[in-house]
Amino acid sequence: MSARDTIFNKVRGALKPQADQAARAALVAERLTNAPKGVIPARGQLLDGERVTLFCTMAERLSASVERVANYDAVPAVAAAYLRERNLPASLRMGSDSRLAAMPWDQQRALQIRKGASDGSDEVGLSHASAAIAETGTLVMVSGTDNPTTINFLPEHHIVVVDAADIDGDLEAVLTKIRTRYGKGKMPRTLNLISGPSRSGDVEQKIILGAHGPRALHIIVVGA
Amino acid sequence: MEITSPTFKQNSGAALADAQLQKALGNVRGGFIDKRRKAIDALPEFDRLRDNARDIKNHTLDNLDLYLQAYEAKVVEAGGQVHWAETAEQARSIMLDICRAANARTVTKGKSMITEEIDLNDFLERNGIRPVETDLGEYIIQLRHEHPSHIIAPAVHLNKEQVEADFRRAHTHLPASRDLTEPESLLDEARGVMREEYFAADVGITGANFLVAETGTSIIVTNEGNGDLTQILPRVHVVLASIEKIVPTLEDAAQILRVLARSATGQDMSVYTTLSTGPRRSGDPDGPEQYHVILLDNGRSAMLGTEFQEMLRCIRCGACMNHCPVYHAVGGHAYGWVYPGPMGAVLTPSLIGVDKSGHLPNASTFCGRCESVCPMRIPLPKMMRHWREREFERGLNPATQRYGLKLWAWFARRPVLYRLATSIAMPMLGLLGRGKGRFGYLPLAGGWTKYREMPAPQGRTFMQQMRGRKAVAKGLA
Amino acid sequence: MTSVPRVGLFVTCLVDLFRPTVGFAAIKLIEDTGCSVDVPMAQTCCGQPAYNSGDRADTRAIAENTIRAFENYDYVVAPSGSCAGMLKKHYPGLFRGDPQWEARASAFSAKVHELVSFLVDVRGATNVSARLTDTVTYHDSCSGLRELGIRAQPRRLISSIEGVKFVEMQDPDVCCGFGGTFCVKYPDISNAIVERKTENIDAAGANTLLAGDLGCLMNMAGKLKRQGSKVEVRHVAELLAGMTDTPPIAGRG
Repeated sequence: MSARDTIFNKVRGALKPQADQAARAALVAERLTNAPKGVIPARGQLLDGERVTLFCTMAERLSASVERVANYDAVPAVAAAYLRERNLPASLRMGSDSRLAAMPWDQQRALQIRKGASDGSDEVGLSHASAAIAETGTLVMVSGTDNPTTINFLPEHHIVVVDAADIDGDLEAVLTKIRTRYGKGKMPRTLNLISGPSRSGDVEQKIILGAHGPRALHIIVVGA
Repeated sequence: MEITSPTFKQNSGAALADAQLQKALGNVRGGFIDKRRKAIDALPEFDRLRDNARDIKNHTLDNLDLYLQAYEAKVVEAGGQVHWAETAEQARSIMLDICRAANARTVTKGKSMITEEIDLNDFLERNGIRPVETDLGEYIIQLRHEHPSHIIAPAVHLNKEQVEADFRRAHTHLPASRDLTEPESLLDEARGVMREEYFAADVGITGANFLVAETGTSIIVTNEGNGDLTQILPRVHVVLASIEKIVPTLEDAAQILRVLARSATGQDMSVYTTLSTGPRRSGDPDGPEQYHVILLDNGRSAMLGTEFQEMLRCIRCGACMNHCPVYHAVGGHAYGWVYPGPMGAVLTPSLIGVDKSGHLPNASTFCGRCESVCPMRIPLPKMMRHWREREFERGLNPATQRYGLKLWAWFARRPVLYRLATSIAMPMLGLLGRGKGRFGYLPLAGGWTKYREMPAPQGRTFMQQMRGRKAVAKGLA
Repeated sequence: MTSVPRVGLFVTCLVDLFRPTVGFAAIKLIEDTGCSVDVPMAQTCCGQPAYNSGDRADTRAIAENTIRAFENYDYVVAPSGSCAGMLKKHYPGLFRGDPQWEARASAFSAKVHELVSFLVDVRGATNVSARLTDTVTYHDSCSGLRELGIRAQPRRLISSIEGVKFVEMQDPDVCCGFGGTFCVKYPDISNAIVERKTENIDAAGANTLLAGDLGCLMNMAGKLKRQGSKVEVRHVAELLAGMTDTPPIAGRG
């Protein structure tokens, strides 16, 4: 008998002998299908403008820096300024996200754009978030060529563009969106929920930024 | 891992005498407790979330076979491979096979208590594979050839001077003159050293905080991002998780996530909450080529359907030990195996036997603070008591204790004799202690009088006096 | 129910054997709220030592004795959070599934109250008649706090005494390290815990330490005296009943 069989036999044997196996199976199938939501905190349940403000406040509390711009056209200049202010090399790594590609990067002549996954040699990475969560100041990043996952972790600085319209109140709303986009029961390879820059408290419980992921997270919120 | 739970008393004695450790443990008392309090005060729905989290887990455990089946199917559908291991030995063997198939020389590891439970690192090293812990706390203790003393803060028992000494000893390629007095410099150094390891690794091993049946997803939470670099850079990602980590849906995971980080470190969310499903898709520019999940039983199925089933709700947040006066006094290593504190006191006997680890559920005052902070509402003292019942049935507690308590119970069941005996003993003791009101020394009470004065009884017992008063009232005296 | 509620006093073994004053203080306080108090002679112990040592059989036998002795009263009141907790929260579980005893035990447990909780929550007391000048602090015994929700009630009554200044210690709700047999089974750890407690007690700046459980009080008093502390230790009932002329627990000086 395989380990799998043994384990299943043990588990089934241990559970209360259920007279109605069909009912059990139906209950489980129902939960998997309907995916009930549970308790959603009131904190993120705000109207659009307030929700965006809450996201910015929560993200800043996590030591991310947040900047708001009116439209996508403003982003390249903001990114270039970010690099200049910190004396960083004028080079950015990004994926092939069409919203990023459509920005007027040609206006930033001195800026070198490197495309594709990060190989660890990038100081700064730029991504576009799929969504964000106001309740906790969290960015939602999805794997793929548009915004490679390595860009979320390898560069020292991570700049993330978020469309204000994509800021949801809670994680459950984001999960619904993911389900719509990928289909029921399906997921991208990696879904990263990112709340602030990398940190560790492992030495004497003192929290320090810049453990293994980016030491700085800069969020550009676009739109109202 | 050498099990020293049988010598818990000696371990505790050493821990109490260890000044470095006592200083470090001060951080547990202040830091974790206050941070958790703040986070909870900022979320009015916290207690309702705890109730829901408990209900989700109970439902899952009651239907664990069905959810495991559903989970497995989804992992395979997403292109992953599922392996089943009854025992620690089987899990190690499967892990080795996967590593060998990948020609692995180096493997990186995210922080995973289950890999401690199965002694994975030593095993891999014995088989010519180098495991590198990437979580800073785990990395530090790996350098020290120690084991974690806390389930989420592995190096909580260390001071920064000790870490500095370890780094200097291990990182000989760096200039000796460098300044490592501040924790920031220690972190920077670890970051640099680890980068190379991440890229060198052939296989990345993580645990899982949750396994989602709906989608075949594994979820890990970290603050450092080490678990992410561990899984996206190597060619192979292996998830090792015990079977009770299953939750039905993404929404169910979201509910429990809300109580996890808040209970552990007082954060609303860990910095990185990562949901991984299968290997990279065609067209993905990064991510592992292979995704394996090893599902481990190792004693969990034996807990189902018993008075210890509720322990399977544990999400390994560490809140119980953060609030435990015994853990504050002796730290995690005294418990002698992988899991310390209240959750260790309940889980360890299930996994390694109560004959080896009986001290753990006994070394508790039943103050109940652990249960009061457990996000999954696990009745920890109750289950510690059940272990004491098992020990009593098997005659495992020390003879003097058993006889002493038996004697007490014998009298307590016989009120008349109880009255008689106490009405003689207490006035005598009262007379002896009348002057000062206390005893510095009392035979048979050595454990007490070693550290405290023994208050003297007032003299005649309450019931003696009541009998006297009743007799007066009835005109009988 | 008669117009005057009949209370059966569960005096607890520690009060019976070591400090009867607490029992008499409890009687006075209960009578002051308009109840009559009786002390059934068949009581001995709540059974917690056996229970926490895993001896369920003896615990049950002791519990049956207790239930028989007390079940005909309107209320059962104990000057101890841990004994009241045992009677109220743990007795029913001992008899679950027993057709003869299950309902009987539940009915009994429903009548059980810790002393101060009884005065405030059941009898509606908002003050006591005692008069005293002192600075006091209060330790929250674990069972009373976490099983029975006792925290505000003693503070309320203490603060109602004119002349008494109440100061809160750091971590009043953290265990004192007594834990029944724990303090003699693991004396070194118990000592570490009580040392932290006495540090907090000394730092609070009170003359008198109060609590609702004699086990905790004997533990803390014993440590304070060993350390040469001048802090005096009493059961809260003694203060509330104005019975503070007896020597404090473990004596003076």
